Amino acid sequence: MTSTETTDILVVGSGFGGAIAAYHLAAGGARVVLLERGPWLEGEDFEHDFKLGSSYTRIFDFVVGDGMSLLGGNCVGGGSVVYFAAMPRAPRFVFERKGNIGRRMWPSTISRDTLEPWYDRVAEALPVTRQDWDSVTYSGGLFAAACAHAGRTANPVPVAIDGDRCTNCNWMMAGCRFDAKRSLLFNYLPAAVAHGAEIRPMHEVQHLSRTEDGGYRVHYTVVDDEDYRVHTGSGTIDAKIVVLAAGAGATPVILQRSEGALGAMPAAVGRYFSGNGERLNTAILDEDRVRDLLGLSRGDGAAYGASQIGKGPCVASWDRLDGTLPEYSRYSLEQLYFPPGFGTILAQVPDASGPTWFGVEKKEIVRRWQSWLTIFTMSEDDNEGVFGPPPATGNAERISQQMLGRGPIRYRPTANTLRGWAQADAEVRDIMERDGLSRVMPWTNDVVGAYTVHPLASCRIGDDPNTSALDDRHELRNHPGIFVTDGSAVPGALTVNPAMTIAALAERAIPGIVQAARQRGVEVTYGAPSPDGATSGRRGALPFVSGLVRK
Amino acid sequence: MKPGIPDEEQVRTMTLEAFADTIVPGEKRSPDDRAVAGAAEGGGAVVAGAVELLETPATGLAPALGDFARLLNRHAQAYAGQHGLELDPTLPPFVALSFPHRTALVGVLTAPGHPEREVWVSIALFSNMAFDTAAHMHTLDAIAAGHPGLASMGFAMPDSDGLWRFSDYSYGRKLASLHPSTTPTGSPA
Repeated sequence: MTSTETTDILVVGSGFGGAIAAYHLAAGGARVVLLERGPWLEGEDFEHDFKLGSSYTRIFDFVVGDGMSLLGGNCVGGGSVVYFAAMPRAPRFVFERKGNIGRRMWPSTISRDTLEPWYDRVAEALPVTRQDWDSVTYSGGLFAAACAHAGRTANPVPVAIDGDRCTNCNWMMAGCRFDAKRSLLFNYLPAAVAHGAEIRPMHEVQHLSRTEDGGYRVHYTVVDDEDYRVHTGSGTIDAKIVVLAAGAGATPVILQRSEGALGAMPAAVGRYFSGNGERLNTAILDEDRVRDLLGLSRGDGAAYGASQIGKGPCVASWDRLDGTLPEYSRYSLEQLYFPPGFGTILAQVPDASGPTWFGVEKKEIVRRWQSWLTIFTMSEDDNEGVFGPPPATGNAERISQQMLGRGPIRYRPTANTLRGWAQADAEVRDIMERDGLSRVMPWTNDVVGAYTVHPLASCRIGDDPNTSALDDRHELRNHPGIFVTDGSAVPGALTVNPAMTIAALAERAIPGIVQAARQRGVEVTYGAPSPDGATSGRRGALPFVSGLVRK
Repeated sequence: MKPGIPDEEQVRTMTLEAFADTIVPGEKRSPDDRAVAGAAEGGGAVVAGAVELLETPATGLAPALGDFARLLNRHAQAYAGQHGLELDPTLPPFVALSFPHRTALVGVLTAPGHPEREVWVSIALFSNMAFDTAAHMHTLDAIAAGHPGLASMGFAMPDSDGLWRFSDYSYGRKLASLHPSTTPTGSPA
C-alpha cells in the first residue's frame, strides 16, 4: 500500500507570494508545507564570484522566450534574495488602467486607497524605509544631478535594505553576503518556520490533480543540487488548499500542465503576461562634463567612474507618473546597476559604424565601463505576452546546468508598448545627453528579445472571467481551493518596481485563503502580527478583513 | 592528416576561437595566430577564456561544440561562395575569412529571424561572458591572473578577505528636488 503525505496547505514557491502565505497560515494554526524548486542559501553562502556554479547562477533563472526573456529568482526567498530591494508603492493611476480590454482591469475592490493598509503591513514586516541622500550612491547621485540639470525632479526610492550593514559592494544579484538586504530570509520565512511550516528546497512542482475529498494532489520532482537539468526523485503531497506562487513565469505553466487532470483552465491562464514595460538604456559619461556641468566630485580627483560601486537602484525620476497623461505614456526612470555579463552584453555602441552589440567598437565602450550609468524604464505595456504549450518539466527547457533555459513565452510588443519605450528612450537621452553629459543607447532587443526582471499578470485577478484567471480574492476561477498570490496575479504593468505591490496583494489575499481553509475543515485563524511581533500594521488592516471574505 | 592541415580538434578550437574573437576582438597571440584576427588592441574573448568557458559542463553546450564548428564552417564556405572569396584551404573556412567578413557573417547568423540564431546568440553570449566576467574561473583567481576583460573594465580589487566593500560610495548631499507629490512613505502618489 502506498501512503501519500498530507498537509493542510501546500504552498508552491517561496518568494513574496509564497512566504507571506506560509507565514500567516502557519501562524494561524494550519499545517503548511512549502515547496521551492531552488536551493536554500543564506549569509556566507552568497559569494562574490562570477564563476558559473557560484551562488548567482544557483539562485537566478534566465529564461529566453520568443521575443521576451525573463530574469527571476530560483531559491528559497525567491525574488527577494536576488532583487535590488526597491519597494515603492504603485501610483494611484495604475489601478485605474484599462489596458487592452477597454475597461478597468483591476478588480473594483482594489485601488491605491484600499491597498494602502496592506502596503503598510509589508512595510512594517520587512521593513521598508525611506533613503536619505547620504545613503544614495554615486550612481544615484549622478542620475539625480542629471535630472535636476534637465529640469526634472528625482527621488531616493524606498528600500528594504539595512543601511548600517550595507557595504555598497554591488553584488546584490548574487544574494547579500552582509545580511543587509532585508529579504524574506529575515522576516516572513523564519517566522513561518517558527510556526511549524516546513520548507523543502530543490522541489519543483510539475502539476496538480484532484483528490477524492475535493482537495488537491501536488506532484513534484526533486532537482539535483548542481545540474538542474537532472531530476533525482519525485513524489506527491495531498493538501486541502494549494497556494501557487511560483512566479509569473512558472505559475501559469504549472496550471497549463494540470489541465488534463483538473479540467479546463480559465482562458486568462498563460495570457495577458506583462513585462512591466521594462527597458534599459546605458549612458556613457563624459567625466569632465560630470565635473564641470554637475559640479560632482568624489573627493579623490574622480568625478564619477563609479559604475561598480553601490547597491542597485537608489534614485528614480517620477515626473512622468502623472495620472492626467494618457495611458501608455506614463513611466518611471530609475538609476540601476547590473553586474557585468547581464549588464554589458546587450548594451549598444552609440554612433556605431559596425555591429552595435559586439565587435571592436563594443569592446571599446566596455573599456569605459566604470563610467557607465544604467537607466531603467518601467512603463505601461499592453499585456501582450502569451504562454505556449508547457515544456516537459519546470517552466523552461534547461540549456545550461543552471540559470539558462528556453521558455514557452511569446511576446510581440504592440504599437502602444513601442511608443511608450520610444518616449522613455527620448527622455533618457534628453536628461543624460544634455550639454554633452554622456552618450546614450538603449539595450538591444534583437539578441534575446525584450526582457524583464519583473514578470507579471500571466494569471491575473480581475472582475471579468474572460480576461482574468482569478477572482478578486485570488482564487482560481472554477477550481476552488487553488489560490495564486505571486506576480502573476497583478493585472498589469505598474510603472514602478512591483515587489511592494505583489507583497501587499499577497497580504490582502490571506483572509480569503484562511476562510477557504476553514470551510475545508482546517483549524486556522487570521490575525498574526508582523513576523517580528509588531502589531501596528495588523491594527491598520483589521478593519478591512471582513470585506475580504466571502459572505 | 596532411602536413599543415589542422586535425578535427584543432579545426573545432580554431573555429570557435575565431567566432569568439569576432564578438570580443583581441590582438594576435603570436605572429602566426590565424584564429585571432588581431582587429583590436589587448586581449579579447579568446585569451579571456571563451573556449574554456564553452567547454565547461556548466554551459550545457560542450557536447555540441564540434557540430557548431562544422556548421559555422559550412556557413563560411557558403558565404565565401556568395561573395566570390578565395579561402585558404589550409584553414577552417570561417578562420580563413577576414575580420570584416567574419563580422558580417556573425551579424547574419545572430539576426532576428535566422533559424539557427539561438545557437549563435548562445555562443556569442558566452564569448562575451568570458571577457566581461571570466565565468569559467573564480573571480579572485581571474583578477590575480590579470584577466584581460576584468582588467580592461577596471574591475576594482576586493578587500583582503576576497569580498568587495566600498566605504566611499556617496556624494553625500541632496542633488535634486523631490517630486512634489511624494507621499510620507517616500512613494509616488
